[in-house]
Amino acid sequence: MSEETITLEVTRYRPGHDREPRAQTFSVPYRKDWVVLDALNHIKDRTDGTLSYRWSCRMGVCGSCGMMVNGVPKLTCAAFLRDYHPGPIRVEPLANFPVVRDLVISLDDFMEKLRRVKPWIIREVEKPVAEGEYLQTPAQLDLYKQFSMCINCMLCYAACPVYGLDPVFIGPAAIALGYRYNLDSRDEGYRIRQPILTEAVGVWDCTFVGECSVVCPKGVDPAAAIQRSKVAGAKEWFMSMLLPWGGR
Amino acid sequence: MSTRKTSEPFWWGLFSVGGVVAAFLVPVHLFLHGLAVPLGWIPVSPARIQALVGHPLIKLYLFVLIALPLYHWAHRFRFILEDVGLHALRAPIAVLSYGSAVVGTVLTLWVLLR
Amino acid sequence: MTTVPRRDRPGFYYPKPPATWWLRRPNYVLFMLRELSSVFIAIFLVLLLVQIHQLSQGPAAYAAFVERLRSPGWIAFHVVALAFALYHSITWFNLTAVVQVVRLGERQVPPRLVAAANFLLWGVVSLVILFFFLLGG
Ligand code: SF4
Ligand code: FES
Repeated sequence: MSEETITLEVTRYRPGHDREPRAQTFSVPYRKDWVVLDALNHIKDRTDGTLSYRWSCRMGVCGSCGMMVNGVPKLTCAAFLRDYHPGPIRVEPLANFPVVRDLVISLDDFMEKLRRVKPWIIREVEKPVAEGEYLQTPAQLDLYKQFSMCINCMLCYAACPVYGLDPVFIGPAAIALGYRYNLDSRDEGYRIRQPILTEAVGVWDCTFVGECSVVCPKGVDPAAAIQRSKVAGAKEWFMSMLLPWGGR
Repeated sequence: MSTRKTSEPFWWGLFSVGGVVAAFLVPVHLFLHGLAVPLGWIPVSPARIQALVGHPLIKLYLFVLIALPLYHWAHRFRFILEDVGLHALRAPIAVLSYGSAVVGTVLTLWVLLR
Repeated sequence: MTTVPRRDRPGFYYPKPPATWWLRRPNYVLFMLRELSSVFIAIFLVLLLVQIHQLSQGPAAYAAFVERLRSPGWIAFHVVALAFALYHSITWFNLTAVVQVVRLGERQVPPRLVAAANFLLWGVVSLVILFFFLLGG
């Protein structure tokens, strides 16, 4: 007898040919230790070599294999077939992003947004290398550690209806990353970064749906970062109204 | 150094304060005035309630109870409308929502201070 | 500063969420219900304001208004509104506990504890209001 199989409904989209993405059905061997990415690799190797998708590390680190699995944003290298048994399993490109081909989406907008929050340590004056590194206590590290775990997989953007409705929104991961550097004791860029987070398309578009934090595979909790940035932004706004001469 | 070109923090601040007031105070008042009093579970005398409402501190309390959650409503209502497909009208929706809350505030003051 | 993402790259497919996107996942529906609670709360507060206004119109006007609130329609409304108000309180306390970082010395107080403190305070405040009204009204 042949081995058990499971059905995958995979989104196909050929730029220049198709007006809209459509689903193509594949049957793959059902193995308990296979993840969705294994099934896609099987299709590409054995059935249809033109299937396009991104992946690299196969261990939940690189953040490139994010797709919608049965409508939920997932790292496909961490989504086991057995959790979707008996299927069929719907595999679609990450929601809310422009589709380039098949399961590949465009990263351009996300990259631009990441750069915008200046996710690096900003110093007023760099100290000479000879003076050694910037020291940090474990407690200071704990303040931002959670928010530094982001692997830029963009699952949070795919889960965010606010981003889906209007991609002008700077979005969960970018804000979480900006917030992470704002919390870093070695950083002195708060005055530069905070206005970027609290401009009109920054944190205020967020309605705290909270789904970004639910789907994040790294426990970053972007929703909390956004709300805390709002609290800080609102406090500063009211302070600057009360003390218009204040040195802000 | 920072130029605040957006009034969003102001409305969001009122939204949060209103949300806190609504969370702590509204359920018990809803139970009292929406169910317990109309259904006669609690006997009330209009004269005593009137005396109660006449007290300046109670007036202040009622102002907080009624006016602030209106901004909480305005903020959320604004985004509900945007969420269900009226995104293109976001500017007039914002003006109408927050504007209604401001009108509500004025009405509350008028009722309480007359 | 604000760059509008380009929506016109030839060959790219740009998805657009339908107006019913919030029906797609249970969490989205719960989110919408949470947001909708504000509408019921606002209607109740307007009714309360009207009730206060009627009070100043004399006992007869007030009694008539309270009588109108006894209708099944209004009772049903208030039952539903109460459910929404409770839902608002519960979600609000749970969410603010995650947002507001409370520190004791170097350690962060677990959000659950912060939420529990809020729930406790909510209960106390509600009881105080209840008794105040029982004695004063
Ligand atoms: S915050 Fe989480 S979900 Fe969003 S990009 Fe980073 S790791 Fe992925
Ligand atoms: S392949 Fe690297 S995270 Fe999945």
